[in-house]
Amino acid sequence: MKPATKFALGAAVIIGAVSVMMFEGVRQTGTYFLTPTQLVERVRDDSTFHDVGLKVSAKVVRGSISRDVASRQIDFRISDGLAEFPVRYVGLVPDTFTDANDIDVVVEGKFGRDGVFHAVDVIAKCGSRYEAVWEEPSGTLTRR
Amino acid sequence: MTLLGDFALWAAMLIGLWTAAMAFFGPWQSRPALATSVTRGAHAACLALLVAAVALWRGLFTHDFNIEYVAAYTARNLPDYYLVTAFWAGQKGSLLFWAVVLSIFGALAQLLTPSRHRNLLPHVAGVTSVVLAFFVGVMLFGDGANPFERLPFTPPDGRGLNPQLQNPGMIAHPPTLYLGYISITIPFAFAIAALLARRLDTGWIIAMRKWALASWLFLSIGITIGMWWAYVELGWGGVWAWDPVENASLHPWLTLTAFLHSVMIQEKRGMLKRWNVALVIGTFLLSIFGTFITRSGVIASVHSFTQSDVGYFFLAFLCVTAIASFTLLYTRWPSLAPEAQLESMLSREGAFLYNNLALVGIAFSVLWGTLFPILSEAVRGTKMTVGPAFFNRVNVPLGLFLLLLTGIGPLIAWRKASVANLRRQFIAPTVGGLVTLVAMLALGMRAFYPLVSLSLAGFVTVTVIQEFTRGVRARMRLHAEHVALALVHLVGRNRRRYGGYVVHIGIVLYFVAFTGMAFRTEKTVELAPLESSTIRSPYGHTYTLTHQGVSQYAALNRHVSAATLDVARDGVRIGSIKSEKRQHVDSFGNPTFEPSTEVGIRSDLREDLYVVFSGTPDGTERAQYKIVVNPLVSWFWIGGVVLVIGGLLTMWPGGPQIRVARRIVPQAGYAVPLATVAK
Repeated sequence: MKPATKFALGAAVIIGAVSVMMFEGVRQTGTYFLTPTQLVERVRDDSTFHDVGLKVSAKVVRGSISRDVASRQIDFRISDGLAEFPVRYVGLVPDTFTDANDIDVVVEGKFGRDGVFHAVDVIAKCGSRYEAVWEEPSGTLTRR
Repeated sequence: MTLLGDFALWAAMLIGLWTAAMAFFGPWQSRPALATSVTRGAHAACLALLVAAVALWRGLFTHDFNIEYVAAYTARNLPDYYLVTAFWAGQKGSLLFWAVVLSIFGALAQLLTPSRHRNLLPHVAGVTSVVLAFFVGVMLFGDGANPFERLPFTPPDGRGLNPQLQNPGMIAHPPTLYLGYISITIPFAFAIAALLARRLDTGWIIAMRKWALASWLFLSIGITIGMWWAYVELGWGGVWAWDPVENASLHPWLTLTAFLHSVMIQEKRGMLKRWNVALVIGTFLLSIFGTFITRSGVIASVHSFTQSDVGYFFLAFLCVTAIASFTLLYTRWPSLAPEAQLESMLSREGAFLYNNLALVGIAFSVLWGTLFPILSEAVRGTKMTVGPAFFNRVNVPLGLFLLLLTGIGPLIAWRKASVANLRRQFIAPTVGGLVTLVAMLALGMRAFYPLVSLSLAGFVTVTVIQEFTRGVRARMRLHAEHVALALVHLVGRNRRRYGGYVVHIGIVLYFVAFTGMAFRTEKTVELAPLESSTIRSPYGHTYTLTHQGVSQYAALNRHVSAATLDVARDGVRIGSIKSEKRQHVDSFGNPTFEPSTEVGIRSDLREDLYVVFSGTPDGTERAQYKIVVNPLVSWFWIGGVVLVIGGLLTMWPGGPQIRVARRIVPQAGYAVPLATVAK
C-alpha cells in the first residue's frame, strides 16, 4: 500500500471519529434555545417539552424580581413582549442582573408543568456593556 | 479635530483605493516609477491614519464630550491611562485602531521585506490597501461607526468606561489580540501576491514567515491575557468558557499553528503547497469572521458589542474575499503541484500531516459548535446551542492526540524513520511518560483524561530535554565549549528549531494547567462575621475561611464594599483574602453602571484559592461568598511567558542565513560562502 493511501486511511479514521464525537456531542449536550413565545407554543403542541432542559432568551419584566434572602431563591418574570412566565432560581446571580432596564437574560433549565421555569443557570446580558444611548436635550444618560 | 480626523479618513480611503487599483490593474510591471508609487501608497495611507489616530486621542484627552465616542467611553474622573485605552474600548474606536495598525503593518511590510522579494511588493500593497479601504469604508459609511461623529449637544460629563474594562488586563488584551488578527493580513497579502504574480516557489513563504510568526505570537499573547482577564475580572472562577467570542480568537490561532508546521514540509520537501496557501487564506478569513461574530450579534454572546449593521459589512467582505481568493487559488492549481510524495507514514512529514489534521479538526469542531445555533435554525427551524460539554468532549481527545504528536514530530526522521532511529529517539521520552503515569497513580489520581494528559506532558518534556542535551553535548565535544556557551551557541545558530522546542514546553504547561481545571472544587456559602467555612483542596488540604466583616469606603471613582476572609490551611493561618463589590460613580457622585465585583485570589504554584464576594443579602454584615479551589492555574501564566520567550527566540532577527548558504555552487574547486560575503 502506498504511504499516501495509508495516510488517507488514517485521516479517514480520525475524521470519522471526530464526526461521531461531534454528532454524539450535539445529540447528548445540545440544548434548545428558544424565545418565550416559541417555548409556550412548543409546550402546547408537545407536553414532553416540560421534561427537557432548554435555554430561553428574553427580557426581565421590570420590577418583577423578588428575592428570598434566607434561601437565596430568586423569583422573576421574563417576556419577549408576547409570552410571559415566571422563573425561579436558587443561587447567585451576576452583577448585571437587575429588573430596572429591560435587561436581556438567558435562563437555562426546565419549564415545569406548574407553569414556572425552574432555572439552573441565569446569564444576564448587559446590552449597555459597550454602548450608550443619548437622550436629548438634558444630556442625561440612559442605557439600552 | 473631528474635521481633521474625518478628512484623514477620507484621504486614507482614496489613497487605499488608488493604490489597490494601480496594483491590480496598472501597468507597473513595465513602469518602475508606477511600482514605486504603488508601494508608497502604503506609506501615505499610514500617515493619513496616524493623523486620524492623533485626532481621536486628542479628543479623548481634552474631554471633548461633544464627540459622541469620547462622551460614551470616558468621564472626567477616569484615570489618564484609561483615556489611552478608551481608544479601543468601543466599536468605533476599535475599527479605527484596526485601520491604523493595519496601515502601519502594511507600511512595515514594504520597508522590512528584503529586496530579493521586491517584485511581490506592489501586489502586497494592493491587498493591504483593499483591506484598509474596507475598514475605513466601514467607518465612513457604516451606521454609527464613525468615531468622529459629534453630538447635537455637549453633555457635562461623559458616561465613563465600563468597570469591567478598568483592569490592567484590558489595557493589554484587546490591542494584542487585535495585533494578531490584523497582522494576519500581511501573510495573506503575500500569498495573494504570489498567486497573482505566479511566483509560487517558496520565496513568498520566506518573505512572510516572520509575519506569520509575529501574528501567531500576538494571538497567543492576546488569548492568554484574555484568559487572565476573564479569570480575575469576570468572577466565575474559570479561564475559558467556550463563548463564541473566545472561540473566534481560537479559530485563526489553530489554523495558523497548523500553517507554521506544514510550512516546514514545503520548505524541506516541496510538498503541501496548495494546502499552505489555503491555510493562509483560511486564517485570514477566520480573523474577519471573528470580527463579524463580535460585531453583528448574530450569535448570542455575553461579550457582544451592540448589534449594528456593521456586522453585515463584514459578512459581505468575508464572502467576496473568500470567493475571490479561492478562485484565484483554483486558477493557479497546476503550478502548485507537489515536488515530492509522502514516502512513509513513519516520518516527520507523516507526523506533521496528522498534526495539521488534528489542528484543523479542532478548528472545524469549534467553528461548528459556535455556528450551531444558526445551522440548527436554518436546517431544522429550531435554534439549538451546545455548551462547554460539547467542546470538551470533542476537543479533549483531539487535544491529547495533538500533544502526543508534539512529542513525536521533532524526534522522528524526515522521509522514512528507521527502527534504529525510533529506538534511539523514543526510549527516554517513553520512559519519562511512564514514570509520570506511575507517579500520578501512586499519588492517587484515577481520572482517565488527566492521567493521559500528564503522562503525555512528561513524554513531551523529556523529548525537549533530550534534544537540548544532545545538541549541547555535541557542541561540547566538537567545539570544546563550556556547557553554558554551548547552549547559547546551539540556540543562537538554530533559533527556529530550539525556539520551537521552548514553545512546545509552553504548550505542555497549558495542558498541565487545563488538567488542573478538571479538579476544581467550589461551594457557595453565607457567613455571619467570625463564622467559618471549610473547603478541601484536591491535594488533601483543608482550608478554613473565617468571615471578618464588611467595610465600606469611597475611592477615586467608586464606592467600595470590601469583605475580608481570614484563611487557614490545615489549621495554620496563612493570610487573608479580600473581595470587593464596587459601585462606580460619575464626577457628580451619581452611580454609573451596575455594581461590579473584584475577586480575591490567593495564588501559589500548586493551587489558587479564589473568593467572590457576592453581596450582603440582608444589609447587615452577613456576606455571601463563592469559594473556589483551582489547582495549577498559575501554570497558564507561566506557560504563557515560556511560550512568548520561545516565540521571540524563533523570530529574533539575524542568525545564519541557511537559505542563502544552500545556493552555494562550487565553481572551479571554490565554494564561495555567499552568506558571509553578504555580511
